[in-house]
Amino acid sequence: MCLAVPGKVLSISGDDPVMRVARVDFGGIVKEINLAYTPEAAVGAYVLVHVGFAITVIDEAEAGRVFAHLREIADIEEELGARAEAAP
Amino acid sequence: MRFRDEYRDPEAARSLSEAIARLTTRPWTLMEVCGGQTHSIVRYGIDELLPGQVTLVHGPGCPVCVTPVDYVDKAIAIAGRPDTILCSFGDMLRVPGSNGDLFAAKARGADIRIVYSPLDALVVARANPGKEIVFYAVGFETTAPANAMAVYQAKREGLANFSMLASHVLVPPAMRAILSLPRNRVQGFLAAGHVCTIMGFDEYVPMAAEYSVPIVVTGFEPIDILEGVYMCVRQLEEGRAEVENQYSRSVRREGNVPAQAIMREVYRVVKRRWRGIGEIAESGLGISPAFRDYDAETRFGAVVPHEEAESECISGLVLCGEKKPTACPAFGTRCTPEHPLGVTMVSSEGACAAYYRYRGAPAAPSNPATGKMDRVPAEQGAV
Repeated sequence: MCLAVPGKVLSISGDDPVMRVARVDFGGIVKEINLAYTPEAAVGAYVLVHVGFAITVIDEAEAGRVFAHLREIADIEEELGARAEAAP
Repeated sequence: MRFRDEYRDPEAARSLSEAIARLTTRPWTLMEVCGGQTHSIVRYGIDELLPGQVTLVHGPGCPVCVTPVDYVDKAIAIAGRPDTILCSFGDMLRVPGSNGDLFAAKARGADIRIVYSPLDALVVARANPGKEIVFYAVGFETTAPANAMAVYQAKREGLANFSMLASHVLVPPAMRAILSLPRNRVQGFLAAGHVCTIMGFDEYVPMAAEYSVPIVVTGFEPIDILEGVYMCVRQLEEGRAEVENQYSRSVRREGNVPAQAIMREVYRVVKRRWRGIGEIAESGLGISPAFRDYDAETRFGAVVPHEEAESECISGLVLCGEKKPTACPAFGTRCTPEHPLGVTMVSSEGACAAYYRYRGAPAAPSNPATGKMDRVPAEQGAV
C-alpha cells in the first residue's frame, strides 16, 4: 500500500499549483504524475511516486550516503583489525 | 532503475550483514513497522542474513489489513445502491466484510471500479454526472494526502456527485499501542520510510524517550533495511534510544509540508478501530467539517461499528509482532491467499501473504514414522 517508485521527471506542464503534472519515466514506462506535493520538482530530478503523486524529490547527495557509510564501517574495522594485529 | 537497483547490491548487503554480526553481543528484537518492509525482508531473505541474536518481528503497517469490518460492510452497502459507482484501490476488493467482500458484490452486479490514483475517481465522477461516485479511501499517512487531494479538487470544481468513504489510519498511535502492551517484546523500531516522507519524524522523538526505544526511519530496499538494522542495533548496544534517519534520500525532518497543509484542511483526527487490534484513540483521519459535503458518511449514513466474528485467525497477534505467520496452525493449510481466514493473508502487503508467497506453505510430514518436516519454517514455534 505504501509502495513508492522512483522515476525521472521528463517534462512539466500546468500553472495551477494543485494540478501541476509531470511526465515521469520509470525505467522506460512514462506516466503522468501530479506534482502538488513537490512544487520544487524540476525537469531532470528524480521523484518518488505513490498512487499518482510525487511525494518527495530524491536527494541525490544523500542517496550515496549509505555507500559512504559502508566504506566508513569497512575502514574502521580494517583499522581496528590492524591495531589488534599490531598489539603485543 | 536508478535509486532502486543499487540498493539491492549483494556485496553491500553482505558487508552490512557482517558488520551487524560483529556489532551484536546480545539478543535484540526489532520491529519493522511497514508491510512494504516486511515484503522486502521475506522476499530477499534479509532475516536470514542477520545474526541469530537479532530477531525481526513484523508490524501493523498494512492499512488494508487493519481496515475494520464495518467500513467494508459500509462500502458494500453503498456499492449496492442504484446509480452509484464505488471506486477503490484493487487491494480492498478481497477484504472480507461480515458478509462477503467487494468482489462478490461486483459479481452480483454492483458497479465497482479499481483505480490506480484517487484522481482517477474524479475522472469517473466527471464522466458520469448522473451517478453518485464514492471513493473508498484507505491508507496510512503516505496515501492520505493523495486521497485528500481528490476531495479538495472535487470541492474546487463543485463536483457534487463525488464523495469519499474515509478509512485512514495513523502509524505512531499504533506503535505506542504496541509499546504499551504488557507482552511487548519490541526493543527497537524500523519506522516506515514513506509515512515519514509525508509526516517527518519529530513526533517520534518523545516516543523514543518515553519508552526508551530506538527508532530508525528506514527505507524499503534490502540495503536500506540492513542499514536500518545496523543503526538500531548500534543504538541498543550503546544504550541509546534516539530517532535516526536511515532513509535520508527521501525523508526530511519536517516531512512534506504542502502535503501536511492539505491534510490539515481536509481531515480531522478521529479514534479508529483496527481490525484484529481494537480501538486506538486518535489513530485515524476522518473528513473535516469544512469538507463534510464530500464525506460519504454524511451522504449515506455513518458507519456502524460492530464486533468481529470469532475465528482461529491470529492476525491480531501477527500485526502486533507477537507471533510470526508460521506460528498459526491454519497457515498454508486452512488459510491460503485463495481461501484466506484473515486480512494479513488477503492483502498483497500482509505478513502472512508475504510468507506464503516467498516461503511457501509448510511441507507435509515427509516421514510418517518420525513426523519430520521436509522444511520447517525458521520461526515456527519460536514465539
